[in-house]
Amino acid sequence: MTRTETHTDVSQEPTAAAIRVAIGGNPNSGKTSIFNHLTGTIQSVGNWPGVTVSRKEGKARLDGREFAVTDLPGTYSLTAYSLEELVARNFLLEGKPEVVIDVVDAANLERNLYLTVQLLEMEAPLVVALNMIDLAEKRQLKIDAEKMATLLGAPVVPTTGNRGLGMAEVLRACAKVADRRDSAAFPRIHYGHEVEAEVRALTEVIAADPDFSTRYLPRWVAVKLIEKDEEVLKAVRSASADPDTITSAAERAIRGIERHFDEAAEIIIAERRYGFAAGVVRECVTRTGEASMQDLTDQIDSVVCNRVVGPVLLAAVVYALFVAVFKVADEWGWLFGRSPTAWVEAFFEWCQAVVAPLEASVPLLYSLLHDGVIAGVGGVMSFVPLIFVMFMFVAVLEDTGYIARVAFILDRVLKQFGLQGKSILAMIVSGGLGGGGCAVPGVLATRTLREEKDRLVTMLVAPVMNCGAKIPVYLMLIAAFFAHHQAGMMFLMWALSWVVALAAAWCLRRFVVKGEQTPFVMELPAYHMPTVKGVLLHTGERTWMYVKKAGTIILAVNLVLWAAMYFPRVDAEAARSKLREAEPGLTEAAVDNKVAEAQLAGSLAGRLGNALTPLSQLAGFDWRTNIALIGGFAAKEVVVGTMGTAYAMGEIDPDESQTLSQHLASDPTWGPVRGLAMMVFVMVYAPCFVTVAVIRRESGSWRWPLLAIAYTTALGFVLAVLVYQVGSLLVGA
Amino acid sequence: MTLVDLAEGQEAKIVKIGGGGAIRQRLLDMGIMRGTPIRVERRAPLGDPIEVTVKGYYLAIRQEEARHIQVDADAP
Repeated sequence: MTRTETHTDVSQEPTAAAIRVAIGGNPNSGKTSIFNHLTGTIQSVGNWPGVTVSRKEGKARLDGREFAVTDLPGTYSLTAYSLEELVARNFLLEGKPEVVIDVVDAANLERNLYLTVQLLEMEAPLVVALNMIDLAEKRQLKIDAEKMATLLGAPVVPTTGNRGLGMAEVLRACAKVADRRDSAAFPRIHYGHEVEAEVRALTEVIAADPDFSTRYLPRWVAVKLIEKDEEVLKAVRSASADPDTITSAAERAIRGIERHFDEAAEIIIAERRYGFAAGVVRECVTRTGEASMQDLTDQIDSVVCNRVVGPVLLAAVVYALFVAVFKVADEWGWLFGRSPTAWVEAFFEWCQAVVAPLEASVPLLYSLLHDGVIAGVGGVMSFVPLIFVMFMFVAVLEDTGYIARVAFILDRVLKQFGLQGKSILAMIVSGGLGGGGCAVPGVLATRTLREEKDRLVTMLVAPVMNCGAKIPVYLMLIAAFFAHHQAGMMFLMWALSWVVALAAAWCLRRFVVKGEQTPFVMELPAYHMPTVKGVLLHTGERTWMYVKKAGTIILAVNLVLWAAMYFPRVDAEAARSKLREAEPGLTEAAVDNKVAEAQLAGSLAGRLGNALTPLSQLAGFDWRTNIALIGGFAAKEVVVGTMGTAYAMGEIDPDESQTLSQHLASDPTWGPVRGLAMMVFVMVYAPCFVTVAVIRRESGSWRWPLLAIAYTTALGFVLAVLVYQVGSLLVGA
Repeated sequence: MTLVDLAEGQEAKIVKIGGGGAIRQRLLDMGIMRGTPIRVERRAPLGDPIEVTVKGYYLAIRQEEARHIQVDADAP
């Protein structure tokens, strides 16, 4: 094995069109790191057509050949029961990749080969990447790759994906498979005498339909029909010339098998596949000594999943996350002279200073740049260091395998509320670890939930989690009113988001989405040491998504809001002289301030904010807060930016860079109670419109996203009013 | 007896998989089938789900699903 050199020879012209390669394999097989090492940074992330399972594509180059690599969803099987499996299967059927890299976990070979067997059934042109070979060796397993290649009828390449070892060999094998013009000799999976006879008979019936059998492999269709696969049955009904003959032959085959074995036909087929896999393992794997690595995972688990230590450790990990993130991103200046956040803020203050000369000559352009563009983008970008560190932590937790333990520990609790252990992934991606998340991928992550009802409830409550966009709002308000309790307040917000989400889930499950619980079967992967490259790639990708969103949607929304606050203009001179007449004692500065405020109050946004005041006053929100919260419907990031714009416009001296937090802290109409009420409302109220659009797509109707908007806004308002009223009483007393 | 009845650390052989449809297929895909040895490693802090070893890897499974898995504790 050599370190991969797949990107270095770009100078050579590709000799032919790119070879179309798909990567498949079990979850936790190291598929992602192999994809990352093959394609490097030349990746694009999108969705599979029609569905929202994410689809990654990339390019790899070796020896002048180019490879177009598609990452299939990680699956254990290729049934029609899960969307990921269907997506992978349909891509193999319809996309017809020239090569399929099947990533198998060498240390967990038998179960991984179960998928390989199904790929062979489909006659996919395979290259088997025998991954985590280092781990297998540590577990004292010796694997005869050559013998395995003979048995599987496909090249078998040992790899260590997380260190990028064996990548060049994998690509070379891919090129060889793609160049192989003759039809490959696929090993026939033998299902045993009785089943084989039925499979053959049914295959003949299917092959008798020439049109259908050029589109689908007759033998594969036969096996799938015996497995009672709904999707294949549908394909037969719609695409075959004589579906009745085929389906009645299939029913005969099933009856024959079930009578003989006194067991469901799909069980027999699965057993035969495992039989083949076990056979390969028996032939190719020798144990050279006592296993040791497995015990390590077990030893760690006996602590991590311990009745007492487990939950305490979980809480400690989440708390440590906040403390560390705040220190690294926001406080520690010794590393770079000042904290990363302070650097970003300084940069945007510098930008504002650059445009300052425009104020006198072109006030409209100045206001647009200073208050609209720079303040808006700067407000969002200053949180990038924090979000980066936060994502990095989450990536480490994911890559080590700890996330699965979180699901294991919490399943019992989540089950009570109509969710399941796997909902935790969606909740965590949405921000359930206390920040650094986004409900958009969170809602998408509910695809791993098999049961529609659990999925719906999870996707309706996931947006309550503290996504990366709400964090800036909290931080700003915490800095203003709870500066000495940063970590404690963030912990409180984290706990509160869970309480609200779980309570909402319980209600939704009880009154809206009624039905039975879901099966919960989840692999607990062996613990891994995460690699720097893997974590950084993960972190970089997610942070970039946040920045991209900030750079496009957020900027656009901010500009619309700036316009809503800038227009219509009042006659400043008239207002000024009027004020001087009414209150002759006012200083020039105070007059300017009042004029500016009148300008904003008279703007479109100000009028809308004002109109809402009688209601929002109950929660302590004035028209400025209302404007910001309205902006937050578009994207939560906008809340801080808009408040910044709203207050900056009211300022006397625009060059005086007073941060929003300081501004609010010195504003007598603000206080801790009002700050907390706003934090609670921002946490709970309507998901941003991107999330709403994704919920619409995922749930298949407008009913659910509308319900999400309605219940969250109502609930958020009730809670905010509660906080404000009770808090005011307590503070007053 | 079913998987639920096994004590922590106890090993048994799977005799039959009950349930049907998606649940059973899922169990099969994860390698839970007749004749396979299965071992209860531990229970989650609140007693449910159960962590088992099967075919050399760890799997978390809820009691509801574990009840579908009939085992023979004397067999292995």
